Amino acid sequence: MADTAHRTSALPNQGLFAFADRLRDKWPAIAAVIGLLTFWQLIVWGFSVPTYMAPSPVEVLNAFRQDGWTLWANFWPTLFEALLGFIFGNLVAILLAVWFVHSRTAERAFYPIAVFINTIPIIAVAPILVLIFGNGIAPKIIIAALICFFPTLVNMVRGLKAVTPATLDLMRVLSASQSEIFWKVRIQSSLPFLFAALKIASTTCVIGAIVAEWIGSNFGLGALIIEATYNFRAPLLYATVFTAALLAVSLFSLVSIAETRLIKWKASDVH
Amino acid sequence: MAATVLAKVPASPAAAHAMGAVAVSVRGVDVVFGGDKTAVTALAGVSVDIPVGSLVTMIGPSGCGKSTLLRTIADLVPASAGEITVLGRSPQEARRERNFSFVFQDATLLPWRSAIDNVRLPLEVGGGGSAHAEPAELLKLVGLAGRERALPAELSGGMRQRVAIARALVSRPKILLMDEPFGALDEITRDKLNEELLRIWQETGTTIMFVTHSIPEAAFLGQHVLVLASHPGRVKEFMTIDLPYPRRLAVRDTLEFVRITARLRQLLEEC
Ligand SMILES: Nc1ncnc2c1ncn2[C@@H]1O[C@H](COP(=O)(O)OP(=O)(O)OP(=O)(O)O)[C@@H](O)[C@H]1O
Ligand SMILES: [Mg+2]
Repeated sequence: MADTAHRTSALPNQGLFAFADRLRDKWPAIAAVIGLLTFWQLIVWGFSVPTYMAPSPVEVLNAFRQDGWTLWANFWPTLFEALLGFIFGNLVAILLAVWFVHSRTAERAFYPIAVFINTIPIIAVAPILVLIFGNGIAPKIIIAALICFFPTLVNMVRGLKAVTPATLDLMRVLSASQSEIFWKVRIQSSLPFLFAALKIASTTCVIGAIVAEWIGSNFGLGALIIEATYNFRAPLLYATVFTAALLAVSLFSLVSIAETRLIKWKASDVH
Repeated sequence: MAATVLAKVPASPAAAHAMGAVAVSVRGVDVVFGGDKTAVTALAGVSVDIPVGSLVTMIGPSGCGKSTLLRTIADLVPASAGEITVLGRSPQEARRERNFSFVFQDATLLPWRSAIDNVRLPLEVGGGGSAHAEPAELLKLVGLAGRERALPAELSGGMRQRVAIARALVSRPKILLMDEPFGALDEITRDKLNEELLRIWQETGTTIMFVTHSIPEAAFLGQHVLVLASHPGRVKEFMTIDLPYPRRLAVRDTLEFVRITARLRQLLEEC
């Protein structure tokens, strides 16, 4: 109900009203953030917490100013790794899911392996990949891809199979071919499931890239986190963490926007 | 107007038989589900002729095989013994040539397609069939003019079922197989759709087989009522309803109608 009201009020000539509307919607969140930051600042001041232990928000803000260029330079490799990992991991997962849905044998053969790979902690795989691929960009992309891979595979298989027997009966009465059923029904019905997984992947791929950078790297936000920690540069550490979070949130938002563009209908049974 | 549209329908089943016009012929059909040990005999020795242009309703106790009979005719379930011909051909050929359409209990609309795109579906798959009606016209016929672009989630249950009926009519089928199409609807909506179905039947001259759980519905719609008995499913009676068309809902308050439903109830109790 409230949703429709907002959509109708978001006409171009009512931009200002729409903005005011959005602000009214968001103010509790904004107020909460400001409140928490103030609280944090007061604690640091009040208890004279040393900067190397926990910097105040103001100091973190200063780190953004002073080390802006360092942050910027290390932001790009991480974005690149996370994005490529996201694309490869999900692409492989989607293709594999399509294969599984077409071949029971393939599913029986490879699904257990996929489950096994998923049970290995990513933090344990990272050193192995660094040994194999060196400390370039490749192991980071692979780890980001690995971390995206499994949720997407599971959800995509579930989505492609989430076609009711009645719908399949309908398609059979219409003498639809397997490829028609695939393109007209299965793909569409899998989209909500796929996007549920892509939203997870959009944040975990950043985690994957950063974890990989911890193991062996001299560039990227992960490397910067390690460096700042060892040098007790707490403000820079916090600023780096915020940058990483910002990256994850941006990717998440992009996926969410794509989702609302592509899926206009409500899926009833996606969790 | 009623007189002219009535002319398309054979005046009586006798007339249809005299012309040798049988839409669906079922000869000694058995349907057995499952393997040797778990075998369930759903139908045993079912024989019935459905005259061209007739409207035959089917009732029987739950699990007596009404759906199975309809699904066997529609080539969704294979017959274990006996023979079925649809317009002189095998069910499979009839399906490929789009001689019949099936309306399921749930509308089984594709939720991502608008009403009109759902009606178009049969034209897009399985070769599309040769003849077709104008989707927009059909939506008008079922009383949904102006709701063409609505998604299924935006329509009521009754409206969704109307879309399903329009979709079934789009390939101009000679036979309409309907399995409890109004079973999930409230009584008022059901009454309305019953009247509309009769109107559509008279306007199009389509042969209709209609499964229902409701004795009044079976008597009100049917030119004939096929009563099935259970364990195993077999024909109990093929009863002709001598009420003239066009029938109005008020016919249900006549003594004659009450006598017919009483007779049907008695037959069902004997099953
Ligand atoms: N796919 C199937 N596999 C095994 N048994 C089945 C299958 N479909 C139907 N049956 C069995 O066949 C019998 C007839 O079922 P059917 O669905 O045709 O009954 P029905 O008359 O339509 O019942 P209802 O009025 O409840 O819809 C039942 O005993 C049912 O259990
Ligand atoms: Mg049934």
